[in-house]
Amino acid sequence: MLVEDPHRTTRERPVGHPTLTRADREALLGFMVGMRTFEERGVALYKQGRTPGSFYDGHGQEAIPVGAAFAMGPDDVICSPLIRDLGAHLVRGTDLTEIIRHHLGRDNRLSRGREGNVHFGDPAKGIVAMVSMLPDMFVVAVGMAMAFRLRGERRVALTFFGDGATSPGAWHEAMNFAGLRKEPVVIVCENNGLAYSTPTSAQFAVSPADRAAAYGMPGVVVDGNDVEAMFAATHAARERALRGDGPTLIEARTMRMHGHGSHDDARYVDPAVLDAWRERDPIATYAARLQGDGVDVDALRAAVLDRLDAAVDAALATPLPDPASATDGLFATEEPGPLGRGDAPWSGFAGPGDAGGPGRPAGAGDAGTGR
Amino acid sequence: MSTPLTRAPDAAPAMAPASADRDVRTMTYLQAITDALREEMRRDDRVLVLGEDVGAFGGAFKATEGLFREFGADRVQDTPIAEAAIIGTSVGAALAGLRPVCEVQFADFVATGFDQLVNVAGKMHWRTGLAVPMVLRLPSGGGFAGGPFHSQNPEAWFMHAPGLKVVAPSTPADAKGMLSTAIRDHNPVCFLEHKHLYRRIKGEVPVGEHLEPFTAKVVRRGEDLTIVAYGAMVHLAAEAASRFEDGRVEVLDLRSLVPLDEDAILASVRRTGKVLVVDEANETCAAGAQVAALVADRAFSDLDGPVRRLAAPDVPIPFSPGLEQAVLPTTDRIAEAARELLDY
Repeated sequence: MLVEDPHRTTRERPVGHPTLTRADREALLGFMVGMRTFEERGVALYKQGRTPGSFYDGHGQEAIPVGAAFAMGPDDVICSPLIRDLGAHLVRGTDLTEIIRHHLGRDNRLSRGREGNVHFGDPAKGIVAMVSMLPDMFVVAVGMAMAFRLRGERRVALTFFGDGATSPGAWHEAMNFAGLRKEPVVIVCENNGLAYSTPTSAQFAVSPADRAAAYGMPGVVVDGNDVEAMFAATHAARERALRGDGPTLIEARTMRMHGHGSHDDARYVDPAVLDAWRERDPIATYAARLQGDGVDVDALRAAVLDRLDAAVDAALATPLPDPASATDGLFATEEPGPLGRGDAPWSGFAGPGDAGGPGRPAGAGDAGTGR
Repeated sequence: MSTPLTRAPDAAPAMAPASADRDVRTMTYLQAITDALREEMRRDDRVLVLGEDVGAFGGAFKATEGLFREFGADRVQDTPIAEAAIIGTSVGAALAGLRPVCEVQFADFVATGFDQLVNVAGKMHWRTGLAVPMVLRLPSGGGFAGGPFHSQNPEAWFMHAPGLKVVAPSTPADAKGMLSTAIRDHNPVCFLEHKHLYRRIKGEVPVGEHLEPFTAKVVRRGEDLTIVAYGAMVHLAAEAASRFEDGRVEVLDLRSLVPLDEDAILASVRRTGKVLVVDEANETCAAGAQVAALVADRAFSDLDGPVRRLAAPDVPIPFSPGLEQAVLPTTDRIAEAARELLDY
């Protein structure tokens, strides 16, 4: 269904893979492994009845949030990572134990138990939590980018949404505003072939990337299973935005390998399609490549697992929120704090060489002292 | 010299109600709104106005007249016709440290941007701890043959969405003072400005900085009956009250619906023992229903008569003047209901 030349409709191709070091590459793999390992545990916890509500994972899509977020600077904002984008949170360094507490509905500083699954953000890391109505946060991201532009700041807003979110009117309004005003926003459309059970063939006649030109911005099709291609495309889009040339829509083509959520067995998907995509698994292919370059992938996986085990244990030992707290904090009583404090560990590839590596993905080293 | 859109004011906001020795100027309700925008934009470089036709044209009702010339295109932004984007980008700008004031050309049109308001802006602080300081100016209300899409009083929509403040001033001084307070608030505020008051109502307005709290206000004292109203209905209620002997009918102007000044409502009703609640909005689940429920719940033993309500029936607002007057509360109908309650 989606196995095709990922660059078929590319109009503005990424200009190479700028200066990724070996440490960067290890970090990219580490974050992807971190996301998958976390989500596999998340599914298990859900099936054990320890996670209230639902659980959503991005199995097979790890390269998209990891590659895209990796290209951001520390002052940039992400508005917002969605249910397939846990990797973006990991890249920014949000505390892993806090994320698990949030999923389990335990007391935590990200959401205080008021939100579940991937509905969280860490303002200190420049991440705003998603809402369920898509692509509402794309519209919000355009407004943030407007503020950056008006103040002459060298910052961009990165937004994520799926193929399904390109149908509501809000998508058109946001595309039109962003293109019209050349806002510094980087737009990542994760085309995983399905909006819940509805294939893209039943969603639109013209692909999101092809529609971009109608709004005065380039639409770039990228292989969403290639983390370095995602990084390069996002990096180029960010540079373009910072030059004042406006937004870029990156259509990352991939396949949703699991159900919409853990409750969905996705029996409506042709198994042969999944088999074909499984051959192109973003982690397996990248791990094989790095292993060939001498990276100890087994050690990387073991380190990720150790940190995850410790974080899950800590989260499970955390109490549930005080029921009396449910009604407080409806209204703000203070001036808004800054969004992102410039202390996110990542400025992507431009960051210090030792910022990457297998230790990062599990969020270790972040004391979780953000607001 | 400060960078545009970055300079925050130094002084903490101080509530300074109009006092006898303050400079005042007589202006219309509409001019008072413009005055508030100008004052707040001069005071705080983070404040910007955006909406359809608000720039050089000055807005469909001229509420932003002169602002484009003074503050420029970055701070007085003409937008495409796209309410979801106007409201949604304002949420983003607010999260990023600005203080947007959106003009929705007619309050009725806010429905096309509703999701950004009730699901994104309203829930943001409770969910994430992030403040969304923004104001939605909503020209609302009927009385001038605007028809079903230019006459609504949609305030109850917002009252039912947690996280939004909702205010509806009735006088020029309150319009200025409450809009200024709304702009300085750290939350999304729906500011309902009644179109029928724009040019009809004049009053003295303090010159310069003027802030009014989001509380109710007794606008006419009385001992035998309280009429609770807000927005344009305050003027009809006051006129109806004047048909009775001085000192009999009290008129309480709610001014703010969220927060609702429960103490002021209960204090007045406990003193008079009777209450008539007037809404220009459709009757079901209107602001007045909340007031009636409050009184029934917490002032029952102080009542000397039934809690009465007068509101528009649950139909859209008709165009033809005779039909419109058949639907909207009138001074006569308010006075008639007041008479029945006084005689009870």
